[in-house]
Amino acid sequence: MTNSTNTEASQAITQLFEDRTLLAKKRAVARKRRNRSEQRFRWAGRLSIAFGIACVLFLFTDIISKGIGAFTQTYVDVEITFNQETLGLSSQSTEQEIKAASFSSFYKKALREKYPEITGRKEKRELYAMFTSDMPLILRNMVVADPSIMGSTQIISMIADDDFDTYYKHSYGRDLDEADKISRLSDMQEGLVDSLAKSGAVKTKFNTILFTNSDSREPELAGIKGAVVGSILTLLVTLALSFPIAVATAIYLEEFAPTNRITDFIEVNINNLAAVPSVIFGLLGLAIFINFFGMPRSVPLLGGFVLTLMTLPTIIISSRAAIKAVPPSIREAALGMGASKVQTVIHHVLPLAMPGMLTGTIIGMSQALGETAPLLMIGMVAFIVDVPTGITDSATVLPVQIFLWSDSPERAFVEKTSAAIMVLLTFLICMNSFAVWLRKRLERRW
Amino acid sequence: MNLSTLLLIILAGSAVAYFIGYTRSQQIAKPIGGVRHLATLPTYYASMMTLWALIPALLLVFFWSVLDGAIIDSLVKSSLPQEAKRLSEENLGLIMSQVSNVASGIGSIDVLGQEYAPAVERLVSLTAISQRAMPLLAFCVLVLGALMGFRAVRATNNARYTVEKIFNVAIFVCSSIAIFTTFGIVFSVLFESIHFFQKVPFFDFLLGTHWSPQIAIRADQAGASGSFGVIPLIVGTLLISMIALSIAVPVGLMSAIYLSEYATSKTRSIVKPMLEILAGVPTVVYGFFAALTVAPAIRHYGDQLRVWGADNDITWLANLAVSSESALATGMVMGVMIIPFVSSLSDDVINAVPQSLRDGSYALGATQSETIKKVVFPAALPGIVGGVLLAASRAIGETMIVVMAAGLAANLTVNPLEAVTTVTVQIVTLLVGDQEFDSAKTLAAFALGLFLFVITLALNVIALKVVKKYREQYD
Amino acid sequence: MNKAQQSMAEIVKETYQTVGLPLLDDPKIRVRNANVFYADKQAIFDVNLDIGKNQVISMIGPSGCGKSTFLRCLNRMNDTIDICRVEGDLLLEDEDMYDKKIDVVELRARVGMVFQKPNPFPKSIYENVAYGARIHGLTDNKVQLDELVETSLIRCGLWKEVKDRLNEPATGLSGGQQQRLCIARAIAVNPEVILMDEPCSALDPIATATVEELIHELSENFTICIVTHSMQQAARVSQRTAYFHLGKLIEVNDTSQVFTNPEHQLTEAYITGRIG
Repeated sequence: MTNSTNTEASQAITQLFEDRTLLAKKRAVARKRRNRSEQRFRWAGRLSIAFGIACVLFLFTDIISKGIGAFTQTYVDVEITFNQETLGLSSQSTEQEIKAASFSSFYKKALREKYPEITGRKEKRELYAMFTSDMPLILRNMVVADPSIMGSTQIISMIADDDFDTYYKHSYGRDLDEADKISRLSDMQEGLVDSLAKSGAVKTKFNTILFTNSDSREPELAGIKGAVVGSILTLLVTLALSFPIAVATAIYLEEFAPTNRITDFIEVNINNLAAVPSVIFGLLGLAIFINFFGMPRSVPLLGGFVLTLMTLPTIIISSRAAIKAVPPSIREAALGMGASKVQTVIHHVLPLAMPGMLTGTIIGMSQALGETAPLLMIGMVAFIVDVPTGITDSATVLPVQIFLWSDSPERAFVEKTSAAIMVLLTFLICMNSFAVWLRKRLERRW
Repeated sequence: MNLSTLLLIILAGSAVAYFIGYTRSQQIAKPIGGVRHLATLPTYYASMMTLWALIPALLLVFFWSVLDGAIIDSLVKSSLPQEAKRLSEENLGLIMSQVSNVASGIGSIDVLGQEYAPAVERLVSLTAISQRAMPLLAFCVLVLGALMGFRAVRATNNARYTVEKIFNVAIFVCSSIAIFTTFGIVFSVLFESIHFFQKVPFFDFLLGTHWSPQIAIRADQAGASGSFGVIPLIVGTLLISMIALSIAVPVGLMSAIYLSEYATSKTRSIVKPMLEILAGVPTVVYGFFAALTVAPAIRHYGDQLRVWGADNDITWLANLAVSSESALATGMVMGVMIIPFVSSLSDDVINAVPQSLRDGSYALGATQSETIKKVVFPAALPGIVGGVLLAASRAIGETMIVVMAAGLAANLTVNPLEAVTTVTVQIVTLLVGDQEFDSAKTLAAFALGLFLFVITLALNVIALKVVKKYREQYD
Repeated sequence: MNKAQQSMAEIVKETYQTVGLPLLDDPKIRVRNANVFYADKQAIFDVNLDIGKNQVISMIGPSGCGKSTFLRCLNRMNDTIDICRVEGDLLLEDEDMYDKKIDVVELRARVGMVFQKPNPFPKSIYENVAYGARIHGLTDNKVQLDELVETSLIRCGLWKEVKDRLNEPATGLSGGQQQRLCIARAIAVNPEVILMDEPCSALDPIATATVEELIHELSENFTICIVTHSMQQAARVSQRTAYFHLGKLIEVNDTSQVFTNPEHQLTEAYITGRIG
């Protein structure tokens, strides 16, 4: 049996080698199957790429569609008379007196007088809730800035509360099903919005609060200024530390290091640190910097330290690549002129490698700018209302602010979060484009 | 005076020192016939003087800031009343933090007891001394250093040697930071982990199937030690990582193959940067996306499926339960995040396969896909495996996506529609907020950190070895 | 460029016409007015050449003269280089190889190629030889495939050396064995023409002798084009020889004629070692 199949097979093969038309026929038969498989494979590749690009587009449209609303804010023009009796103030009052006055009851009274038809306790509370709870403070600051407005009637652009704002921007006046309506307002409040809007008092303006305020519990008053300043301070510390250290390390490893165990060990360490999860750097910051060295929590200085350690490997690796790319002939030329090794490196190698190093640094910085996890560990997650003024003030950073806001249940905070993400992504895109531009501009081919 | 101002002053002082050094060396050069009669260039004298001024002052500020807390602490402790000195380590710490609270005006001395007043006073006065003395001393050191440097500006003294020596030492010190960082990581997680394993047996941690650290807050109560079984966390981490890899690896690999083997250079130049955008998006953004868009969507479709299943009497569909923090959503978004990582690693690996192998295959009449599937892919397999391992270590160590979109409860399940928790989620939740540093709950985070560090390190070492070996094969 | 070389270049430029006998009756491959460009740079100029059935033709010339480029045109391996463009008529059995309707995969099944550096796939010896038959669907079962592998290896004289280790990786073979394996791999699909691009340049003399012998034997069944820069090798293995210079085909003739009595002064200069 085996013998006969063997003979048959051998005959078949002999025939194959002799009869090329038979060969061509066989190939033609297989070709159809192969063509199909080729097409399938190509489509798999195309689909993968399409999936990737679809993810990018979906991610961006999702964020932008969620966040675009946060760039406008609803204001309501309301006439308010700064009643001297109610406040017990006059245009000659000192700042002290103004600050002691009860603007809260004045403000509530003013509102009640505007809507005398609203009487019930619940309804009154709903009326106050239409505007941001900081309104009394804003009114007081107006008077502090200009006491002469006492007794006059001013048109105040009142900041709408987040529920009002959301309803007005997304649902009011649109033909929506009840289910699609986004509203946490009562019927009475919705009626109020309607009458205010019809009278032309409701306006949406560009939301400057988002950029001039820091964090707040009230969505309509929350802004990213504090977080942006915190991010900038943290990045400055990171840059000031990581760039010189990384460049020095790269120079040492590429130009000066002897081939020995210590050098090997340093290299192994750098390569491994590049892949250590960022949250571990947070543990390091917590255990070493905070507990052991007793550094204060939540400050940009500490954040900068942790991020420096985290981004060092990235910058070192690209700086080394940049130094490696400088041809040895340049070094030989300088050394041949009698320059010392240090002079050769500083005068010749370093300037030539600088574009590559800068590109790597920017990429490392954009990594640091987007990093969140280690900063959570070292307490930059606190609720901080003040804008930090120095690297030893408590601060938070933009990604952490995003994290904090994303936890808040209010819909307005979802909007704010998306807006903060858009700002963060804008920063990142600028940095990366700058890196690409720098590389293109200064790249030198040897 | 705050630290930033002090640092600025020191920098300004060094700049002045540079200027003085430069002028001085010019002065010296004049009578002896010009700069070329000096042992080296004026800039080197100036640099030397700057370094003399700068380095000691900076060192002083650094060590002072690091050590003053500890020194003041021990001095304050010595003025505590006798009975306080006999307290246990933990209670002493508590007292000390109360003392410092009172000193900074947060608490009232009455709560603490009048016998602590000397300690508080001591703390206040010492802090004030330290705060005033440091800048003063730093400035003195700066001036003194500059004077020393000034004396060394002599025509015969080759300042370049000094400067270059300092330069050499400085770059070596910078390089060794990588080593210190590694040691820092190892010690910080190891040290606290050892503390942890004194409270919780090692094998209970490693083999336990129940994780509920919350109970441990009441550690002093009888029989209420929390359970610290890490198995559910590992299973959860692996589940999410697997989902992520099962998206990222095929998509990343296929797009790398398509871009490097099929696409025209024009397509490549457009598509590649677009995919790389995914790598530049911060993880907190992915977390937001997962928690607010993908997870609700999956839950929504799951619910619809369930309704449909109930209508059509398909029992298993009718019983479908999708958590709003499903592992599926988290894993999918994480997978999208890793796509460019896998893609760029595969791209490197595929390009390292020599063209001669492709030519050999084409010359036999193979199509492109046959060449890729039967020649390029098998040849690149070790490298691709290395890349997948690196991606896996990424997925395991990823924090923000899971913190925002995965659950907190440690369910021991492999159902991707349920909520699971991961090692990184637990580390963050255990440590965010103010915790006592000595409770088992906080220490558990460090044990988890150690675990995570060891796993990712092992994965990386193996992956780098595999990739290195693979590269050597074709070099 | 020294004076002698410069004058050579001028000779080529001014009086370019292939001398000898470039054309044949009923050839396997017919090349007319072939021009090859890499982007804007022309690599092959107006080549006319016929390659006869079951003949060995060798292509010689100084390095960079375009002989390898020309060879790679004959089974469209240049397609893999984006910037490469081929013009003119290249016919295999009167079919235009560069016709849009021609399936390049089918063409390469008919015109095989062996490369300068042995490039066995990182697979077993058996899989290397079986690769072509598998992709083209030439055999119906495992027994036939075994038979095909065996026959191909026997024809390359490699069977005795490797029959006990067919499943070991091909990369473990010596350089000469690897190159013969690559030849076995090429003939396993029974092509009509085999192109060889300096097949012995990476081999030691003994391995070279074995491969040359193999080429000689294969010429009974295959048309073989071999690029070489060893004139001795050309003389040993080929019936006809073509001399290329700076992308131009200078002279084609019977091998003995070219080496003993070259017509063109450039050919003479090359074989006497004045250029090269």
